[in-house]
Amino acid sequence: MAILRNKLRPFGVTCYVALAGFFVLAASTAYGQTPNSCLDCHAALPDPLGVSQEKFSQDIHGQKGLTCASCHGGDPTSNDPDKAMSRKAGWKGKIDRRQIPQLCGSCHSDPAYIRQFNPSLRTDQLDQYRTSVHGRRFAAGDTKVAVCTDCHSVHDLRAPSDLRSTVNPVNVATTCARCHSDAAYMKAYSIPTDQLAKYSTSVHHEALTVRGDLSAPTCTTCHGNHGAAPPGVDRVQNVCSNCHTFQAQMYEKSSHKKAFEGASLPGCVVCHSNHGIGHPSDAYLGTGPEAVCKRCHTPGDKCDQARAGLQSGLNRLDEAIKGADRILGVAESSGMEVSEARLGQDQARASLTKARVTIHSFRPDLVDQDIQAGLKLAAKDLQAGNEAMVERNHRRVGLGISLIAIGIVLAGLWLYIKKIETY
Amino acid sequence: MSPLRNVRDWLDERFGWDDLVAPLRKKAVPLHKLSYWYFLGGITLFLFVIQVLTGILLLLYYRPGASEAFESVQYIMTQVQFGWLIRSIHSWSANLMIFTAFAHMFSVLFLKAYRKPRELTWVSGVVLLFLVMGFGFSGYLLPWNTLAFFATKVGTEITGQVPVIGKPLMIFLRGGEEVTGATLTRFFGFHVAVLPGLTTVLILLHLLLVQHLGISIPPKLEVQWTANPSARREMKFFPNFLLRELMAWYVALAVLGALAAVFPWNLGVKADPFVSAPAGIKPEWYFLFMFQTLKLIPPRVWFIDGEVLGVLAFGLVALLWLLLPFFESDQPSRTKVWITGLAIFALAYVAGMSVYGHLAK
Repeated sequence: MAILRNKLRPFGVTCYVALAGFFVLAASTAYGQTPNSCLDCHAALPDPLGVSQEKFSQDIHGQKGLTCASCHGGDPTSNDPDKAMSRKAGWKGKIDRRQIPQLCGSCHSDPAYIRQFNPSLRTDQLDQYRTSVHGRRFAAGDTKVAVCTDCHSVHDLRAPSDLRSTVNPVNVATTCARCHSDAAYMKAYSIPTDQLAKYSTSVHHEALTVRGDLSAPTCTTCHGNHGAAPPGVDRVQNVCSNCHTFQAQMYEKSSHKKAFEGASLPGCVVCHSNHGIGHPSDAYLGTGPEAVCKRCHTPGDKCDQARAGLQSGLNRLDEAIKGADRILGVAESSGMEVSEARLGQDQARASLTKARVTIHSFRPDLVDQDIQAGLKLAAKDLQAGNEAMVERNHRRVGLGISLIAIGIVLAGLWLYIKKIETY
Repeated sequence: MSPLRNVRDWLDERFGWDDLVAPLRKKAVPLHKLSYWYFLGGITLFLFVIQVLTGILLLLYYRPGASEAFESVQYIMTQVQFGWLIRSIHSWSANLMIFTAFAHMFSVLFLKAYRKPRELTWVSGVVLLFLVMGFGFSGYLLPWNTLAFFATKVGTEITGQVPVIGKPLMIFLRGGEEVTGATLTRFFGFHVAVLPGLTTVLILLHLLLVQHLGISIPPKLEVQWTANPSARREMKFFPNFLLRELMAWYVALAVLGALAAVFPWNLGVKADPFVSAPAGIKPEWYFLFMFQTLKLIPPRVWFIDGEVLGVLAFGLVALLWLLLPFFESDQPSRTKVWITGLAIFALAYVAGMSVYGHLAK
């Protein structure tokens, strides 16, 4: 063994192994990389020509091995600017805005090409874009409308799942607003520019940004992304029903659907508005400033009476739940075990929610069924709370009697001690 | 002749009853201005008896097991006649017992009752305190609620930090790698069989030693009384001291009843191993000083992991604490002042760290 160890010369062997490892590492690092000499110069140039290595390394295309030449053409392997940017080498220079959708589509509409990078990525973006308001105007020669790079950015384009991406759900509204909130830019189109301001106050925005619910709607959820267009008056409920299924089912069968269609009113939006959609409230059924029924219905008519009945039913259930909650809260703070009644309260609240959903059927008899079910549960919970309070009082009376008994025993013991110690 | 007398005569005839109870009749309790501290041991014993009695009653309905434990305690609290009272007294009494055991230990320390010849009384007492804390730790998990589940997870994880034996010990305690129903069954076994058995034996030993060695007198008083035997004042244990102790027990019972009726022990929410631990989770108050200390130790001290260092340090302190009487002089007139200083420091540390731990987020 000693001879073998001497012959192998451990230090020498280590050096050879390290050297071999270095070459393998260097070779594997270099493998698959395409030289990109463009960045050598463009990293030092000011905007809009400046693209640093750091910026481009954040771009999903850069990460997938594409280079500047993939879009701009030319020969990135040459260090000579004249050769690298020669028309002979296919250099296109700055991409003409009118060519952008077609250029992006040259890869993104090719399933065979895209499959190499991401088999689940759709390849219909260009087709969809052509159907969008943006695409149709663009085809008509309006170059002010959005093209791919306006929304997705360029040279540092990130995957939509990346929180820093301009098309990540949390950033979509701001991205759209870059044009749609710019009154001067949008002047020629005669459409409002307050969408972002309204959306920022909406329940959807709150869900997305405060609760962090990425499934909450943003601009593209209702308008589409590549095929972006207004839903259209008669299609609004189809958009909302993607999430609000039960409400939509009830509305479909309701008398209001026909009435709204007849009057060319945009379904859900009539009562709930669109971009600035707020938390729905029972006050919608009232007669105050938030009331929505009175916008169309005459006070005192048959529908107005039904409205008053619905509101009163919802209020009654809401109050019943709150009343039971109050007594259960007191019982709980007194240490009473009322978890079963708490569970019942959850069911009562579910009935209230269901009744509020059933409002979309505009049928008082159906709503009343849910309200009655909720009232029954709340009454049971209230009774449980009252019983818990009676039990609490019994315990306290029992404690008082026990303490008096203990006090008497203590006094007796003390007198007995005094008695035996006196003698 | 009264029936009671008849029974006594019957027992005396067969077992020499009068001889058996003679030491109790002779037993005397030193009487001085700090005599009331002598009640603490008796109160702790009374609370232990309450624990045993209420524990047996809870056993009639409690079912160990991840799918049944919480529901059975809920049933006890809501459906069983006076179940809420029994469970609340059991929980409150457990906490009061740990408190009085600590108070008893510190009173023994400050009155220097641990000195020769009572070293073994101290040792058995400290072991009893550890066992009582073991009762607390194992019993806390039994309702299988969220707080108990995560407190046990953290507690057993800390055990796992002990070098060499930590990991096997943690697996032994948990009945596997994680806190599961197996841990609950195991803790139930410790709580109702292993710990009560050990504790009963040790309490008997502790009482036997107290009976055999008599009640300690503070050193200064001992010196005075030795110099002037006529100054010695005593109270007969039976019935005078015992009647006063009985009064203390009644007071303890009243406090327990009041706590149970006004603040019934909370049941919490059923444990769910798949949810994340509640924020700012803390152990029971009697483990808080150790928990807070471990939190304050930096992650790495020199080359040792901070938590490992903390666990080792607590182990060493516990061992030294157990052997404390052996560092004391056996001469009443030459007691070691540093031990009193250490006792003051320990009390301030435990109290301070507990309060800090309670307030810390």
